[in-house]
Amino acid sequence: MATGIRDKVVILGMGCSKFGERWDKNAEDLMVEAFEECLKDATIERNQIEAAWFGTAIEEQHVGKSGVPLAMTLRLPYIPVTRVENYCATGTEAFRGAVYAVASGAVDIALALGVEKLKDTGYGGLPQRGRGGLNNFYWANISAPGSFAQLAAAYRAKHRVDPKDLKRAMAHISVKSHDNGAKNPKAHLRNRITEEDVLNAPMIAEPLGLYDCCGVSDGSACAIVTTPDIARGLGKKDRVAVKAVQLAVSNGQEAQFDGWDGSYFATTRVAAKRAYQEADIADPRKRVSMFDVHDCFSITELVTMEDLGISAEGKAIGDVLDGFYDASGKIPCQIDGGLKCFGHPIGASGLRMIYEMYLQLGGRAGERQRADPVLGMTHNLGGFPAQNVSSITIVGRYGA
Amino acid sequence: MGNDFGILSFGAYLPRRRLQRKAIAAANAWFAPGLRGLAKGERAMAGWDEDAITMALEAARDCLAGRERSAVAQLMLASTTHPYDDRQNAGIVANALNLGSALAVLDVTGSQRAGTSALATALASGSGKEILVAAGEHRRAKAASAQEMHYGDGAAAILVGNGKPVARLLGAHSETVDFVDHFRGGDAEHDYSWEERWIRDEGYMKIVPRALEAVLKAAAVKPESITHFCMPCTLARVGPAVAERGGIAEGAVRDTLAAVAGDTGAAHPLVLLVHALQEAKAGDRILVAAFGQGCDAMLFEVTEAISQLASRRGVKGSLARRKEESNYAKFLAFNDHIALERGMRAETDKSTPLTTLYRNRDMVTGLVGGRCRACGTPQFPSGRYCVNPQCNALDSQEPRPFADVPASVMSYTADSLTYSPDPPHYYGMVQFEGGGRMMADFTDIDDGKVEVGMPMRMMFRIKETDPARGFVRYFWKAAPA
Repeated sequence: MATGIRDKVVILGMGCSKFGERWDKNAEDLMVEAFEECLKDATIERNQIEAAWFGTAIEEQHVGKSGVPLAMTLRLPYIPVTRVENYCATGTEAFRGAVYAVASGAVDIALALGVEKLKDTGYGGLPQRGRGGLNNFYWANISAPGSFAQLAAAYRAKHRVDPKDLKRAMAHISVKSHDNGAKNPKAHLRNRITEEDVLNAPMIAEPLGLYDCCGVSDGSACAIVTTPDIARGLGKKDRVAVKAVQLAVSNGQEAQFDGWDGSYFATTRVAAKRAYQEADIADPRKRVSMFDVHDCFSITELVTMEDLGISAEGKAIGDVLDGFYDASGKIPCQIDGGLKCFGHPIGASGLRMIYEMYLQLGGRAGERQRADPVLGMTHNLGGFPAQNVSSITIVGRYGA
Repeated sequence: MGNDFGILSFGAYLPRRRLQRKAIAAANAWFAPGLRGLAKGERAMAGWDEDAITMALEAARDCLAGRERSAVAQLMLASTTHPYDDRQNAGIVANALNLGSALAVLDVTGSQRAGTSALATALASGSGKEILVAAGEHRRAKAASAQEMHYGDGAAAILVGNGKPVARLLGAHSETVDFVDHFRGGDAEHDYSWEERWIRDEGYMKIVPRALEAVLKAAAVKPESITHFCMPCTLARVGPAVAERGGIAEGAVRDTLAAVAGDTGAAHPLVLLVHALQEAKAGDRILVAAFGQGCDAMLFEVTEAISQLASRRGVKGSLARRKEESNYAKFLAFNDHIALERGMRAETDKSTPLTTLYRNRDMVTGLVGGRCRACGTPQFPSGRYCVNPQCNALDSQEPRPFADVPASVMSYTADSLTYSPDPPHYYGMVQFEGGGRMMADFTDIDDGKVEVGMPMRMMFRIKETDPARGFVRYFWKAAPA
């Protein structure tokens, strides 16, 4: 009987590049920036890394395919390097690979690194790309904001919400993330905005305006993981352990069967349930100290907080407007600025979220530091509401 | 040919947008002030995602509604603006109609008579098998030309065969004369026309009467008994003059729809015939004349069956399904007459893998999904395993066409980021009645007028064009029902 991942693996070190429009840097520079910080934090030598997982989603924009770019850039010593891609869960997927490698006992120390260099396209927004073979024939001409915007239409219809009320809650989400990002020196967007700014911004995909959409950024983040014993042997105190890593992937029920109503993420609900079970968390609203969820768009964050079981179904608007998820609230969400302001270099994002949890749990989050956090939870949502990859990671104090 | 042979059904389609001619005239007044004289009424304007094929298909669906499609043995597609010079255009329509492969098809082109010549051939076939004649036209005209004013986009379809005909052919006659009133050379984008007065005097007034006289004589029908005279012509007062010369009552001369639709080219004689059939009663006699390097003339008598024919959109419904368009710049852009800055997002390679298209042609062109024999779940696309999590049966699905299944909006957006020739781009999840759903592009949307639950109807449209290779890719979109 599988016992899950809880407390079998700890984070030995982490690093994260500055996110943003890094016009003067290649993807390789960003990888080194994250890796150097990570290696120093882990207090090991590069040659102690026994296996690596490399996450990048839109590789044709920068490093190209395979694990080779990671090994070449970091001069890794002929170790196994696995390149992974799983939409916006790519970074978390790399982390999962490294964590599972250590948990299996196959290696003692493993590296996970995610990177994306998105700002070499010549235009704003995500790079335009093919959907693959047959999909090009029948998929609607969708964009990322357009597919997520539909959550709002379905949510309004289901819960009989006035569009203005929903839009106001969405605005609050973005204002909050900008407040948080302003306190984060590594964040892409560090300006504060007002609710009026959000409401009056140009429309991108109805009802998502410019400020309902996250930043498209260059960046890299990485983690080195090992066993609790090895970490202790290296003198690590306040070890941050992996409590759960879960993934749920759509199988067509939302997009092709009849049960799903378009207002929530079926995958996230499944992944959350499994993650709480794996981490042995009965009441997440009471126990989780902070969240970094996949706020690619404001509406995504709003419905995700229901899918994670923190806000009751149909009640997230109230929690958001009450400031429950603000930095000063009961459970802060996107305390580092989130995708919205820290930025969203796809392959790096999952690891960037874990990085913030890791800093917070180690008391190293500077101006953003929460008092006495115990458990931090991250979430990625890759793809589209109707067919996606949802990932959840819970990290926390070892043994807690 | 027996009494049970003739026109069994008919249908038509006009694109919803109606470009105001005064908008054309106003934009071009600085250059061609004479256009003001033509600045009356409106013309049907194809969306960026419509062409002769998509419009003819819509007319064909209208024509075949409620009928057993497997009875159709042949499909003729007439147009002078077939999207493909060498790829059977009718074959695309046949696939979109799911007519099956045991079918004869024919693309007819080369003249404004293409539609009537196809119909005359079908009526002369003698096999008694059902022949579907569809005609669609989407002509481009130079900015500030009279053609730009006169032309309209549209389509019609006529089903011929044995059964309960709503109209029987009393006679047909064709005249062929190499009278070049206008032409469009092989590589030309636009028509080149000669002087209108000559076309009227030496063309219409001499060639058409010969054809009418011949057909009436052969059928032993007196001209004064004609109740509907259908003849497309963009020249003023020619229709009544031809009628007068032939002894046809002035009151029988039918409206050419110039004010409300424009001239739909090779489709227009059939458009006018469908319009007449929609208003005809048993015993009416309809004379159709089509001019173009000669003249096709066909004389029909309407039967009692006309009163039992199920109602349809036809021309009248198409005229009512109308949206006023005053944006001439949009018309120019839709017809690729101006080089718009379409942005980098429009630059992606649109190459179509033909192997993939062929393997999936029923799904892509026919919108055929599956229905699980084990659990009954309809689904699109059809997968090897049933999508119902309680079933997941392997290879359990029979073909399930979705094109004619009513749908409704489950979620939607208006997207200003994704590249669209007609932004913002509306799309969303549509739910089919009885099960099945898909994320679909929307078309024919009124800005701001979409809501969850809104009834939708699937329509065959251009999905993408590949200008580098000249390929047009089609798929189905959801339009307000």
